[in-house]
Amino acid sequence: MRAVLLGPWLRAGTGPRPHPATPHRAPHRALRAAPTAPNTACDSQQRLPAAGRDLPALKQKVSVEVLDHLEQLALVDFRDSEGVERLQKAIQFADQLHEVNTDGVEPMDSVLEDRCLYLREDDVTEGNCTKELLENAREKVEEYFVAPPGNIPLPKLEERETFLQGSK
Amino acid sequence: MAAAVAMAARGCGGVWRRARQRGAGQPGPRLGPFPRGQRAVACNARGGAVPAGKSGLVPWVPVVGLEIHAQISSNSKLFSGSQVQFAAPPNSLVSFFDASLPGTLPMKSCAFFYIMCSFNGPAGNRLLGSCTVQNKMDKVLFLFQNAVLNRRCVEAAVMTGLALNCSINKKSLFDRKHYFYADLPAGYQITQQRVPIAVNGSLSYSLCIDNKMSQMVTKTVRIKQIQLEQDSGKSLHDDTRSQTLVDLNRAGVGLMEVVMEPDMCCGEEAAAAVRELQLILQTLGSSQAVMAEGQLRVDANVSVHHPGEPYGVRTEVKNINSIRFLAKAIDYEIQRQIEELENGGTILNETRAFDSKLGCTVPMRDKEGKQDYRFMPEPNLPPLILYDAKSLPANMNHQQVINIDWIHERLPDLPSVKRKKLVEQYGILPEHSFTLLNEDGLAEFFESVVKQTQMKPKKVIGWILKDLLSYLKQHSLTVKESPVSSFLLADLLNLLEKKEISSPAAKQVFMELWKGEGKTPLEIVKEQKLGLLQDQKELEQICQAVIDGQENEVMAIKAGNQKVLNKLIGLVQKKTEGRSNPVLVKQLLEKKLSE
Repeated sequence: MRAVLLGPWLRAGTGPRPHPATPHRAPHRALRAAPTAPNTACDSQQRLPAAGRDLPALKQKVSVEVLDHLEQLALVDFRDSEGVERLQKAIQFADQLHEVNTDGVEPMDSVLEDRCLYLREDDVTEGNCTKELLENAREKVEEYFVAPPGNIPLPKLEERETFLQGSK
Repeated sequence: MAAAVAMAARGCGGVWRRARQRGAGQPGPRLGPFPRGQRAVACNARGGAVPAGKSGLVPWVPVVGLEIHAQISSNSKLFSGSQVQFAAPPNSLVSFFDASLPGTLPMKSCAFFYIMCSFNGPAGNRLLGSCTVQNKMDKVLFLFQNAVLNRRCVEAAVMTGLALNCSINKKSLFDRKHYFYADLPAGYQITQQRVPIAVNGSLSYSLCIDNKMSQMVTKTVRIKQIQLEQDSGKSLHDDTRSQTLVDLNRAGVGLMEVVMEPDMCCGEEAAAAVRELQLILQTLGSSQAVMAEGQLRVDANVSVHHPGEPYGVRTEVKNINSIRFLAKAIDYEIQRQIEELENGGTILNETRAFDSKLGCTVPMRDKEGKQDYRFMPEPNLPPLILYDAKSLPANMNHQQVINIDWIHERLPDLPSVKRKKLVEQYGILPEHSFTLLNEDGLAEFFESVVKQTQMKPKKVIGWILKDLLSYLKQHSLTVKESPVSSFLLADLLNLLEKKEISSPAAKQVFMELWKGEGKTPLEIVKEQKLGLLQDQKELEQICQAVIDGQENEVMAIKAGNQKVLNKLIGLVQKKTEGRSNPVLVKQLLEKKLSE
């Protein structure tokens, strides 16, 4: 049993099709579909809401602490309430995943999970392309890449000029 | 502070204390047996807990855990075919994947579409032969995933896991650890956090209880796990121009991270454990483990607490470049934390760097705040599957198969086994074999000398450890750089054994040999006339002459004062310029005096 392949649904944004994927996309999936569980995507009885309609309500609003944490970690700037709203909508959309019953189904972390990792002999086959690599660099010093001096941490929320400040 | 530092210098003296009076009516907690799980047992290298409660001393229990990164000794990197080499022109050993250029993966997908197309139709059927549809897919995916996990790196990790008594996970997974830094171009490091390649091992190491090296005690630290991971590049900080120069030669090199449980309590224990791990890695050949070249990096996690109470807040100490500094850094940090807490302060969960010049730890600017690594499974890598004799697959290409049992059978003798063998074979003391293995090449030198001389190993060891080693240390030389070869030393010891020279003369010859002028011991003996007088008659004459010239002393001896005999022996030695065998001289004098 495997978790549902939601790819085509999220992209198209419409309801479920009778077949979970078109043949050219993932042929091996079709091969493995044989032992279907009642709660796989093939089951047309289960209807998942389309994007933009009937989204499940957010269990809780995203807190300022979390937004601040995200700004620090990912160095994004939510800029204004519209940005935060977009984030909340995105989370709501992703929450649709919870509608699927995954009891007893092991999470998949790679589509390659049934393959084994092939091993390579310990030979030197690459490298020596300094010039090519440095072509991409805006600044360089004697064949070194140049970067700013260490991580510059974002100032704390109180000291930052960010929209989030007001919303505490 | 000075007293405590002195205590630290003496080595882990057990429970750390601060002689600070506590308020009246507050008896200090008694130290008793504590469950090991709580790690409240007072660590005491000298054995036995020290009772508390005297004049208000409150004991502290330091807790030390280590995270060790060992660079795998291999020709190429973990997921790419770039070369692994210490000093090379910047960014010359970097592939597109190491530089994390967009579109690169820890795999090579070669001509997938071309192959896919060719599988349909008669040509394709001929290519794949008459196999089932499933088999066809396997073959397609085999060609697709020309995966590039370096086999040598996996073998190194398995060897190390086996040497450290770990269970090897036959199926291990890869994860991504995210953080931003200029020398990590991808923004994440591929590691094995959830299911690493080896778990639950142990490392035994020896400590001397006192500084005289006469009593050794064996301790164990538990190994939580060993994982394969990628190294990051190197940053050179240019503070004058406010920039960082990045060299990615090291990015992607295979590392083994050895995570130890916090079973240690002081710098001395940590240093001894790391030294033993270093010797093991070097013996296995899985890593050259030279700290100075960054092949072995150690980070220490340090905290203190009172016995019976939960663990204190821990700090991480980084930037430790040698085993000696490791002990210093840990002891300093323990002391700093104790002082801070005794003064009513708190310990921040922070990362600190060790400043070797000042001998102290300072907060690291770049690592403020707790890191959120956002671990996630590495989606581009399938699980790593290892086999043993029982589970060996029948028709797999054996270049693809790593057999744990096969590796286990071929493990070399570990240092602890080598030490035991030396003690058994040569009858030397455990402390001696410890020192022999601690110096690179010394054990081989010792064995070589023993083979070439008639002198007993128990006597040879004295020459090796006292004379040779002290000279080497004085001149900061390694055994390999010794101007005195094992052949020359054996030659010298043979002369001594055959009683052709005296022991002091032998030391003199050794000093001369040290100059490395190419002379043999025999030549030096002849040159400096150090050979013992072999002519018995001549010796007797000299003894007689001395007796004749020292009437008073002779009378004293005949009266019963034996100590005066030594003076006569000394005089004979003087006359012979040290070329007489004192034992023989004594015999001759006594014989003459009794006539």
